[in-house]
Amino acid sequence: MSRTVQAERSDADTVIEVRDTSVTFDMDRGKSRVLDSVNLDVRRGEILGVIGESGAGKSMFASALIDAVVDPGVLNGDITYYPADEEPVDVLELDDEGVRQLRWRDISFVFQGALSSWNPTMTFEAHFKETIRAHDVSMEEGMKRGRELLRELYLDPDRVLDSYPHELSGGMKQRMLIALSLVLDPEVLVLDEPTAALDLLMQRSIITLLGDLQEEYDLTMVFVTHDLELLADLADRLAVMYAFEFVEVGTPRELILDSKHPYTRSLINSTPNLDTPIDKMHTIPGESPDPVETLQGCSYHPRCQLADDLCETSDPPLEDVGEGHRAACHYWEDVDEEIPLSIEGGAEP
Amino acid sequence: MSRSDEPVLSMEDVEVHFEESEGFLGGMFSEPDLVRAVDGVDLEIGTNEVVALIGESGCGKTTLGKAAIGLQEPTAGSVKYRGQDIWEARRNEEKADIPYGEIRRSLQIIHQDPGSSLNPNERVISILAKPMKIWEDDLSAEDRKARIHGMLERVGMSPASDYAQRYPHQLSGGETQRVALVRALLMNPDVILADEPISALDVSLRVDMMELLLDLQDQFDTSFLFISHNLSNARYLAEKTGGTIGIMYLGEIVEKGSADEVLNDPQHPYTKALRWATPNIHPDSADNGELPVRDIDIPDPIDPPSGCRFHTRCPEAREVCQEETPGLEPVTAESDRLSACFRPREDHEYWSSQPITDEERTSDSASNRGATVD
Repeated sequence: MSRTVQAERSDADTVIEVRDTSVTFDMDRGKSRVLDSVNLDVRRGEILGVIGESGAGKSMFASALIDAVVDPGVLNGDITYYPADEEPVDVLELDDEGVRQLRWRDISFVFQGALSSWNPTMTFEAHFKETIRAHDVSMEEGMKRGRELLRELYLDPDRVLDSYPHELSGGMKQRMLIALSLVLDPEVLVLDEPTAALDLLMQRSIITLLGDLQEEYDLTMVFVTHDLELLADLADRLAVMYAFEFVEVGTPRELILDSKHPYTRSLINSTPNLDTPIDKMHTIPGESPDPVETLQGCSYHPRCQLADDLCETSDPPLEDVGEGHRAACHYWEDVDEEIPLSIEGGAEP
Repeated sequence: MSRSDEPVLSMEDVEVHFEESEGFLGGMFSEPDLVRAVDGVDLEIGTNEVVALIGESGCGKTTLGKAAIGLQEPTAGSVKYRGQDIWEARRNEEKADIPYGEIRRSLQIIHQDPGSSLNPNERVISILAKPMKIWEDDLSAEDRKARIHGMLERVGMSPASDYAQRYPHQLSGGETQRVALVRALLMNPDVILADEPISALDVSLRVDMMELLLDLQDQFDTSFLFISHNLSNARYLAEKTGGTIGIMYLGEIVEKGSADEVLNDPQHPYTKALRWATPNIHPDSADNGELPVRDIDIPDPIDPPSGCRFHTRCPEAREVCQEETPGLEPVTAESDRLSACFRPREDHEYWSSQPITDEERTSDSASNRGATVD
């Protein structure tokens, strides 16, 4: 395990390093492990897509990055933030003030359900000013940047800044939130299902605009979603979570056209897609495991068509299956043959 | 006249306009605003047909769906079930060829959020028995139970005797959806309105649910009116059944045709925008580059744009689009493929009209911002 970890650290400029990080909850019926010793590096300047179905642990991973796991969840492990020109920061050792400074200025975030986080009695301008003031940034500089961001998100600053939350549509409020999250010029932006409640046209527009912002402001983005296809052409790398851990990490081409984990393959084959022949779409039988009952062996084995005795007893590590492409499966070499992909591998659009 | 030749449902020039006061800021305006949720729509649904209506939030698709199955009275136009005007039948029971009660039973709905439509304090068995007691009061308790168990098994909720005794909170999202489906099907309906029944489910469950819908549609000879903002799901259902896709924008249908025609050869720029917005899992399909709309927000339906309602966002808009309203017309003389856009019409004055310039775009879009469309 540590061998792969070392290898990854050295070949890329890492901005956030996550090691052996877990989140547990004590419940009446036992300890619930909702993030299970994950290891992953976020690279500087990349868009990293974190994919998983409900309850896979993807939101826990996002919260862990800024030490925002809510009580009574217990976060353990090592998370290191590497600022561009400063000393590394041990995120989980920071005091309250340190965490407050880290969020917004260094690692900013747009969380699920955040649409309702606007104070209904304050204008958007007041929200922007409050955030800028709380972090000792020049008000003039901050608001100038805020207005610029709003314009880039197809919002007219003069009009929207004077508005109250109830006066704007969901899509507008979500873009306001993205602008606010970037107003202090953070290095990393963590987005947890930022478009889930919106229509596809708004989702796609926002994602396109996020791609533009990422280039223009040299941002690193961690984008968490259950819709793999949303990020297929936006992300630089994708990380698939299943049952509280990462089961496959790679570029979209590697992960979608040449996936090595049976779960990733089944997920791709079950995704309704306009260009996939209908008779090639299938669902995944069975359900995700319970976070309380610890499963022996590979957590996917009860649903996996390749599973055998080995998978029931031994948990496969996330290991290299290609350069920078990693998967956690004992039989990754057999998946090509056993679970054919529904989409063609060529460059056909 | 034979019943089978005519459509099960036909809507003619249907309008649904709502008066809306401004909520707690109501005092600022004296007159209530008129929301044109549905504005002059014609739609037919045949026996065993699947019709998918696609559009963004606030385009009126849910209102149109409710009008289709008699849950929303239109402010103008007619909605007929097998030739019988639904609202006439309701107002004048004696004169109706088909009793209102039979119409209501024949037109069923599965809600957007099926969880909230099931009474949390009742077990599945009593939730499902209730409408049967009203519509099929001659059935013995024993027979009723057998029917319910049979249907639960059929939608994959096995053992039925276990599921029948559960409360809604003891069901997963997919199971809740299935109970809502069973409740609708127990009425032997002719048409089921399924409002966004797929999008809330996890990706890996969607195909499964759609397969179930199609299976049942086939077995029970039911027509489906399927409402969604997601073209992939609509395509799955419409293509498999040879059904129709209708695209809605601000209260109007702007394009209609078979799944293949609408998706692979969209004629209306709005359909093209929706096509662009539908993510493709293939990483090389990247349609990076420009947004296919000039503004990403929907205008306020209280004051929809003049002429073609899409002109404020349309990348192809020309001056004539601000003044003249394109009708929903056949794309070519022989086709039953409809589009409400001047562009397929080669000799239209559109082609000599000036493109809408950027200055106009800015003022247009500025006036549209701040709309409370959700």
